[in-house]
Amino acid sequence: MAEERVKEVRGPGNRHMRGGPRPKIKNPGKLFARLMGYVFKTYGIHMILVVICILLSVFANVQGTMFTKSLIDSYITPMIGQADPDFGPLAGAIRNVVVFYGIGVFAAFVQARLMIIVGQGTLKRLREELFTHMESLPVKYFDTNAHGDIMSIYTNDIDTLRQMISQSIPQLLNSAITIVSVFVSMVLLSVPLTVVTMLMVALMLFVSAKATGASGKNFVAQQKNLGALNGYIEEMMTGQKVIKVFCHEEEAIQRFDELNEELYQSAYKANAYSGVLGPINAQLGNLSYVVCAIVGGAIALNNFLGFTVGGLASFLTFNKSFSMPINQVSMQFNSIIMALAGAERIFKLLDEEPEIDNGYVMLVNSKEDNGQIVESEEFTGHWAWKHYHKEEGTTTYQPLEGDVTFNDVDFGYTDDKMVLHNIVLHALPGQKIALVGSTGAGKTTITNLINRFYDIQDGKIRYDNININKIKKADLRRSLGVVLQDTHLFTGTVADNIRYGKLNATDEEVVAAAKLANADGFIRRLPEGYNTMLTGDGGNLSQGQRQLLAIARAAIANPPVLILDEATSSIDTRTEKIVQDGMDKLMHGRTTFVIAHRLSTVKNSDCIVVLEQGRIVEMGTHQELLDKKQRYYQLYTGNKPQSA
Amino acid sequence: MVKKLLAELKEFTLPSILTPLCMIGEVIAEMIIPVLMGKIVDIGIGGGNMSYIIETGLVMIVVALLGLAAGLGGAFFGAKASTGFARNLRKKMFDNIQTFSFANIDKFSSSGLVTRLTTDVTNIQNSYMMILRMAMRAPSSMVIAMIMSFIISPRLASIYLIAVILLAAFIASIMVTANKYFRAVFEKYDKLNESVQENVSAIRVVKAYVREEYEDNKFKLAALNIYEMFVKAEKRITLTSPVMMGTVYTCIILISWVGAHMIVSNELTTGAMMSLLTYCMNILMSLMMLSIIFVMVTMSAASAKRIVEVMDEKTSIANPENPVMDVADGSISFEHAYFAYNKDSEEPVLKDVNLDIKSGETIGIIGGTGSAKSSLVNLISRLYDVTEGSVKVGGVDVREYDLEVLRSEVSVVLQKNVLFTGTIYENLRWGDANATDEEVERACKLACIDDFIKDMPEGYNTQIDQGGTNVSGGQRQRLCIARALLKKPKILILDDSTSAVDTATDARIRKAFAEEIPNTTKLIIAQRVSSVMDCDRIIVMDDGKIDGFGTHDELLKGNQIYREVYESQTSGDADFDN
Repeated sequence: MAEERVKEVRGPGNRHMRGGPRPKIKNPGKLFARLMGYVFKTYGIHMILVVICILLSVFANVQGTMFTKSLIDSYITPMIGQADPDFGPLAGAIRNVVVFYGIGVFAAFVQARLMIIVGQGTLKRLREELFTHMESLPVKYFDTNAHGDIMSIYTNDIDTLRQMISQSIPQLLNSAITIVSVFVSMVLLSVPLTVVTMLMVALMLFVSAKATGASGKNFVAQQKNLGALNGYIEEMMTGQKVIKVFCHEEEAIQRFDELNEELYQSAYKANAYSGVLGPINAQLGNLSYVVCAIVGGAIALNNFLGFTVGGLASFLTFNKSFSMPINQVSMQFNSIIMALAGAERIFKLLDEEPEIDNGYVMLVNSKEDNGQIVESEEFTGHWAWKHYHKEEGTTTYQPLEGDVTFNDVDFGYTDDKMVLHNIVLHALPGQKIALVGSTGAGKTTITNLINRFYDIQDGKIRYDNININKIKKADLRRSLGVVLQDTHLFTGTVADNIRYGKLNATDEEVVAAAKLANADGFIRRLPEGYNTMLTGDGGNLSQGQRQLLAIARAAIANPPVLILDEATSSIDTRTEKIVQDGMDKLMHGRTTFVIAHRLSTVKNSDCIVVLEQGRIVEMGTHQELLDKKQRYYQLYTGNKPQSA
Repeated sequence: MVKKLLAELKEFTLPSILTPLCMIGEVIAEMIIPVLMGKIVDIGIGGGNMSYIIETGLVMIVVALLGLAAGLGGAFFGAKASTGFARNLRKKMFDNIQTFSFANIDKFSSSGLVTRLTTDVTNIQNSYMMILRMAMRAPSSMVIAMIMSFIISPRLASIYLIAVILLAAFIASIMVTANKYFRAVFEKYDKLNESVQENVSAIRVVKAYVREEYEDNKFKLAALNIYEMFVKAEKRITLTSPVMMGTVYTCIILISWVGAHMIVSNELTTGAMMSLLTYCMNILMSLMMLSIIFVMVTMSAASAKRIVEVMDEKTSIANPENPVMDVADGSISFEHAYFAYNKDSEEPVLKDVNLDIKSGETIGIIGGTGSAKSSLVNLISRLYDVTEGSVKVGGVDVREYDLEVLRSEVSVVLQKNVLFTGTIYENLRWGDANATDEEVERACKLACIDDFIKDMPEGYNTQIDQGGTNVSGGQRQRLCIARALLKKPKILILDDSTSAVDTATDARIRKAFAEEIPNTTKLIIAQRVSSVMDCDRIIVMDDGKIDGFGTHDELLKGNQIYREVYESQTSGDADFDN
């Protein structure tokens, strides 16, 4: 039952709260490739330039290090002890280095600028595509996915992706290039020392893997405990008033303490292990340095292979700059995994099947010309279905009347569980059809089918004798005005919200619609009248006021068919009486489907349909049904039905 | 603010002190190592002294091991201090929230409290760890490196000093402006998310009005806006990296040039120069680290403020000294009671309410939306306090009772009611933890929910989902009534608690009440006249005042509002939901 599915929308930042540990990513390589493909598709040139910039700055850096080597060997050492040393060659070398460094700095600057565009641009594109795609998804998607989870794609997942694209990727590129170039330089300087360094690196990677494993296990535990605690906090905060009423504070604190302690234990371990990685690797780096110094010293002193003191100095610098990127890569690893998990959810949403619309019958403005209905560009107040017949290549027009029939309709939200069975209904233009029955009987479900929020499994629904599957969804929905049980308003002014039903409505039309719904009075009493800003789903209005606005919104759209799903349920009976006039005016001349649990709303219907467990059990006017003395009679009077 | 937060460190004060000490130890090791390296190059390699290289190398390894020990200590103590701190903060807040009155809860809102307990605490935990590990490390690393440089060569070291000062000034200025931009961005960001949230929850409206494209355009505009602002903000930030690089390079070049002269004139050794070049990186990296800490601290300052707000909030309803521990009977009286949710608001919600309800009476309350029906009954169990006048239960002012005593004798079924994760038994025993199974079942029979529960596959042991989403509205309401009944209160208040229960069942519940708990004073708020018309007396509320108080017949004759409501529902306001 769609109306029963309560969905709470969560704020940003609490995705992990419920679900425990993150699911393992199925195919990280493929996912990463897809993500990169996505980035490169729009920013290919940017990315190539970024790689060039990184190459340039690494090159500059290596040149600088090489300079340090030659500084001592080629320039300073020869000058030592000279009576009149010539600083000319050194000055020349420094000039060269200044140029290299200048290029390096410039490249770094350009790279940073480019990455802003790439990072933010990709996010913008992703956000837009996500939203556009989301808007195209069927209602079913929103009914079956927790709203908090959908929200967290926009907040958490996009955010981690931002970090990955703008930080991890350039860092990775940089590290990769640095590692390769430093490695080459090291090999050129001294093969034996390179071997020593590589051995140390292997040790470093091994330790990193161990530490990451240990902290990873604890992180999973932490995430699970965090989920449990946050879930508990959420539940308690929502029920805080009930806790107060039942003096249940002690018990609430007790359980909280347990969960809080568990989280502390696992969080402590997870953080401790992940903190260990840095110092271990740093000291292993130092160890590597010492070993190289000793081995290198031995080689240099014995003058093996022409290895000099200056060469050793340079090599030691390379040694340091080799450990650093490897450390960085291992640090980035975790955040990349996190980002990929987010990317997976993002792509999952983007891969969701959008609403299918094979309709071709369109709704157009019409006018009469010599007894013939023809299409009109302008607004005429008359509507017609434009029917294009493919086989004959002809177009016919048929006036919009608002005749709705259900022909043996079966429906289930899932294929294996039907919630509506053999529904047969016929609403003539202008008739008021009431759907009554207990919660879960299928009243709202029926209205969900008319506007094709859901598609039926069997049978046919016809609108003006056209199968609704043949009507373009947008046009079908445009011809139906809906006021739902849960009123949703949008951020914007009161007038904006009413205008939602007809975007180009004039101020006069807005006021007229508000008057029709009897909302004009309270709107005028608001601090800024029609220009009062509504925020947070109209949180500053009462439930009743919000429903009045929703009615005005439907009124301004002026649709030939109305669906009112408990439209006045939150308006108290006295106010409802006032609204009733407006409602009656609104319903006049329109086919109306009304769901209500107040008899006053239902009584004057042309046909009352009593539903029970997805089946129509009775149908007729108020008086007819009362005379039958069956289910309706029982609901109405509270008396037992007389057995037939 | 910081002081208040730090007060919650408690048993984690020692690790909090040890962490920076360890970090300093690590820094010292890191500083000594370049000196030793320099010596290896100078004396060992330069002097061709292999045994010196090995000796110094061994010393270096020892220092590195000490550094490792300090680093590990820093990691463990830091994790302990920060996660423990977070634990204490959560505990302190949660405990304080449990003392909150309804007014306090309204002030923060449930979701506000959730954010403070979760996201904000995590922010603080992360920044605290960062501060402990880095805040000492970075400056001390910088200072030590600077001192070492000065020892080696004051002339060359002064190059660093100048570079650091210039760079610090530059980074600071960038951070200040960037911060301003980022703050603006995050505000916009919240707005964007709000609009997504709006669309997710109102998708039916969007689709029904075929406004997908309209919403899409709205969103694209917002996304573009964010993009532009983010780019602006990040452009500032990205200046730091090239400027840092430039500074490092300039230092290296200057040191090389000046150093070369000094080496030639025998004022400096090559090894010393190597060490100096290492310190250069150290100093500038520390500076970078400081700037990151600065950003983190400013970002978590907002979280800290919000946490302290919750910790500092004093409950507006506290237990009195020498409270009355016994409620004599279920009589209620209001004497010139006034009430306003916000004491500064001009219009009180309840105005000069005078009422006298005898123990055991059944009172109906009816009135339009916003006529302050709920506000009226909320005063009885002291969920809110009157602003003027008084409310008495059993002849004693409610403010003189022990809160727990009062609330267990005055049982309220709230309009917005919730069930909690757990079995039906567990939920119902909120009313009375020691209730026997028979007592629970009896309460359920009274609330006409017994049959439903017995039909469930696991009966009373059926698990209720969070928020009670796996039972229907009417069932939830009846479960909540049963829960309230288990308290065996002297006064039972139903605040529109049967709105989703069908008329027939509603009548059965009221009948059961009349027969089974005749001595309990019952207050029933309802929209339907049929729910209240057979009450002993009925209160008609209008705009915060009592418009009428009498039996059904009296009101029908003498009260216009009541008559209107009655007439609008004359045919008995049947209800099709159950």
